[in-house]
Amino acid sequence: MKFRRLIQANLFRKKARLLLTLGSFAMALFLFAFLAVVREAFTRGESVASASRLVTINRVSIIQPLPLSYRDKIAALKSVQAVTHNNWFGGVYQDPKNFFPQFVIDPENQRKVMPELIVSDAQWDTFLKDRQGAVVGARTAERFGWKVGDRIAIKAPPYLGGQAWQFNIDGIYHGQKPTDDESQFWFQWEYFEQNVPPSFKNMVGWYIVKLDSPDGAQRVAKAIDTQFANSPYESKTETESQFAASWVNQMGNIKFLILAIGSVVFFTLLLVTGNTMAISVRERTGELAILKAIGFKNGTVLLLVLAEALTIAFVGALLGLGLATLAIPGLAAALNGLLPNLILSDSMLAAGIGFALATGALSGLLPGIGAMRLRVVNALRRI
Amino acid sequence: MASVDVNGNSSALIQVRGLNKAYRRGGEEIQVLQGLNLDVDQGDFVAFMGPSGSGKTTLLNLLGGLDVPSAGTVSVAGDEITHMSSSKLTEWRARHVGFIFQMYNLIPVLTAFQNVELPLLLTRLSKSERRQHVETALSIVALADRMHHFPRQLSGGQEQRVAIARAIVSDPTFLLCDEPTGDLDRRSADEIMVLIEELVSQHGKTVLMVTHDPIVSARAHTLLHLEKGVLVEAGKAKPGQPIAAGSEA
Repeated sequence: MKFRRLIQANLFRKKARLLLTLGSFAMALFLFAFLAVVREAFTRGESVASASRLVTINRVSIIQPLPLSYRDKIAALKSVQAVTHNNWFGGVYQDPKNFFPQFVIDPENQRKVMPELIVSDAQWDTFLKDRQGAVVGARTAERFGWKVGDRIAIKAPPYLGGQAWQFNIDGIYHGQKPTDDESQFWFQWEYFEQNVPPSFKNMVGWYIVKLDSPDGAQRVAKAIDTQFANSPYESKTETESQFAASWVNQMGNIKFLILAIGSVVFFTLLLVTGNTMAISVRERTGELAILKAIGFKNGTVLLLVLAEALTIAFVGALLGLGLATLAIPGLAAALNGLLPNLILSDSMLAAGIGFALATGALSGLLPGIGAMRLRVVNALRRI
Repeated sequence: MASVDVNGNSSALIQVRGLNKAYRRGGEEIQVLQGLNLDVDQGDFVAFMGPSGSGKTTLLNLLGGLDVPSAGTVSVAGDEITHMSSSKLTEWRARHVGFIFQMYNLIPVLTAFQNVELPLLLTRLSKSERRQHVETALSIVALADRMHHFPRQLSGGQEQRVAIARAIVSDPTFLLCDEPTGDLDRRSADEIMVLIEELVSQHGKTVLMVTHDPIVSARAHTLLHLEKGVLVEAGKAKPGQPIAAGSEA
């Protein structure tokens, strides 16, 4: 800390340059935070997926249905604790921009299979008794200002007739963890069955299978698919994590895309800050020579240069991540629920600080080594 | 008293023996210093004169441990510095040498106080002890009232006085001055020389100075001439009595 004033004085030597370099770090870290939350939102399904849950879809595609009759056959398999089924509804609430996922659920088994999404017993009982009842995630309820007791209309997609379906908000569910999806809208299977065209009756979108333990996942998945092999509706069963990963991969290699953009950003930042530090050190060759002449060791000179670079990186990172913390909730709102809740976690902030410090250290290293190797006699001759 | 006699006083503070320095430029070897011998006593004030390229600054650099000789030895207070590692030499410089340069070489973004404090940052002194030392050094150079000024807010003479305070703040064994008045007007140069003389006479400092100015060199106890890398004694005076101007001829 003895050198704090020297480091500080050198940092503020050219204020415009300092501001621009801090700005570079801040923008890069802001972008990093944004990419990190988007990547996490895309891949959250994998991380929050239960190891003891399987998802069974039509082998052709998830948009192809499966017969309702499969439910009891799956439930009869060894190690299967509960089975529920969902359908995608895809309706529009007031405006197509107001997107949120709407699922037709099997009320009998939904809570057994998805215990992490919590609804109070009283609200659930009301829901069970109300054929037009709906349970909605807390985030979506907050987004549209819905509360229990409200009646809303959702326009069905054209292939389901395009009529407005009426729903009563009977309950609001909450996730156990911040990463749990609180954007879904659930309504009853019976209500769906009564109102869809005949070709959709007794057909479900997919099954979710809860197992006794994760150990038998591969065996049960194989057993399910074997059972329905060579039928008109062959199935494909995966663990919930595999299903989430393949769902994301349908949209392209998001992870690679984000990693590529992030790498380019940091590499560019490294070049910019490395060049800035090199210029800053070159301008001070004479001063560094004087420091070495009066007894500053090579290691101390290197540390002084690195300390400058790391300070810029750290402050720039704090600015960028602070800005991201403020901006991301607004960004999530602007996305109109297209992505699950965007969460800037502590681990992302720590990774951002780590990346910034690593970039700062790398950008300061070469100029620092140059300063360290500076020959005092040669440098003084140039003054 | 300083002497260029090979068989000089073995108790001298600085002992130089057979000092050679050669540079290679292109394929050619340039001999800058050739077999220099020199003894400098504690409290001595030695001036080096000579034409450009005669090796004055090279000699100063070797005495200050900023450069290493091609051959020969330099001993200061019993420490043979020519074979020290770079790291040891840096430590040695911090403890034993105070540098004063022609262009002052202050750090422009630090105040006078902070510039003078720099050598003390390498010591184990506490903040309050450092402050005390810095204030004392700035008082000696009569700049205590300007300690919070930046170099750009000081005149050339004042900047050089800050540089002198920086050189003496850690109480080094000797001072090396490379053209300390070279960038100053006559009046400021006189003030600086009075200050350096006081450091020698009142504070017992040993000073080795390179200068082109005969009026400045006349204030030294001993005047040595460098001619083509060879040292020639040109004049001596009793301590406290300057050499008469022109005695170097």
